[in-house]
Amino acid sequence: MNDKPKIIIGLAIFLAVFTFPFWYNHGAASTAPKPELTEKAKAAKKCILEKEQMRTEHMQLLNDWRNTVVRDGQHVYEIDGKEYVASLTNTCLECHSNKAEFCDKCHLYTSAEPYCWTCHTIPKEKK
Amino acid sequence: MENNRRSFLKFAGISAVGLSSLSLLDVFGTGKAVASTGQSAEGIYKNEDNALTAQRWGMVVDTRKLTEEICSDMEKACHQIHNVPEFEEKRHEIKWIWETEYKHAFPEKQDEFLTERLKELPIPVFCNHCANPPCVQACPTQATFQRKDGIVLMDFHRCIGCRFCMAACPYGSRSFNFRDPRPAIKDENPKFPTRMKGVVEKCNFCAERLAVGQAPACVEASEGALIFGDLANPDSEVRALLKENYAIRRKQNLGSNPSVYYLV
Repeated sequence: MNDKPKIIIGLAIFLAVFTFPFWYNHGAASTAPKPELTEKAKAAKKCILEKEQMRTEHMQLLNDWRNTVVRDGQHVYEIDGKEYVASLTNTCLECHSNKAEFCDKCHLYTSAEPYCWTCHTIPKEKK
Repeated sequence: MENNRRSFLKFAGISAVGLSSLSLLDVFGTGKAVASTGQSAEGIYKNEDNALTAQRWGMVVDTRKLTEEICSDMEKACHQIHNVPEFEEKRHEIKWIWETEYKHAFPEKQDEFLTERLKELPIPVFCNHCANPPCVQACPTQATFQRKDGIVLMDFHRCIGCRFCMAACPYGSRSFNFRDPRPAIKDENPKFPTRMKGVVEKCNFCAERLAVGQAPACVEASEGALIFGDLANPDSEVRALLKENYAIRRKQNLGSNPSVYYLV
């Protein structure tokens, strides 16, 4: 047991290297971004559902939409007496035409990578 | 209390019943919780008011009215509306509707002394929307499916690109996206999605146009050579045409029961 100092030094170096990512990033965590609304979206006041519900459940709603539109062929969604054409590009992005600020910011932050855009076009892309 | 085997067993039995009923309550409790959060909305789905509906959509192609020009107009109209890419390389080609010769469209109807007119005639071919579609049977993910109104559709969200459907289709109506189609789309229609690399695509009988009360794009561009209607309705225009004229279908002997008829 004559190597006690060496072992302790080794352990200290190991711990320092191992915990490096934690203390290096300490306090640097970025705050959750807020989705920005376009003028049109602000003027509409209410989205298809309440704001909180849209925030947590928009993916379920979109999933329902795509299944009903593609597989049952029903293109109109009615809620609270209002009718919407169930379409990501033509309804959602019509109001939320700022995909980069509205969709991408939060998706990036939560590292959610929806593959909607490989097929569905973004209105700004059109010339 | 006397501590003997009898009272111990009684106690254990009652406890077991009690505990199992607790877990039952638990299941009901969480079941309810899941139901209330899993429901995204209470909205209802319906058709557009002016949507065109039928029991079995079908098409009649009147080859007597066809010209090269009409065929290419139909192809252009369809491919523009549906964002079908144009690749220079033949092996990457994507097509929903295209023009071929009689001998290729109807290989089993090649007579030795065929009428001259048919030898030269351009025949537009596309998905036959078979009543008994072999592609739907072959698809392992139900990405391609038959709607109640007879249209054989693709659900691109589910397609895994295995190409079984392409092997199953006797008409070659399906194309595979070997490359990302986006750069090859010349005049993009923003109202219709594109596809991505690795999915199969084909004619959809303009399901998205029928939903808003419009006739298929090729029918509109055909100058009356293509007639679209309900094959199940004896009073429809297509049925009237079929009553009066002799019509043929592609590779009918295979039993796929195509919904596209050709008047020759």
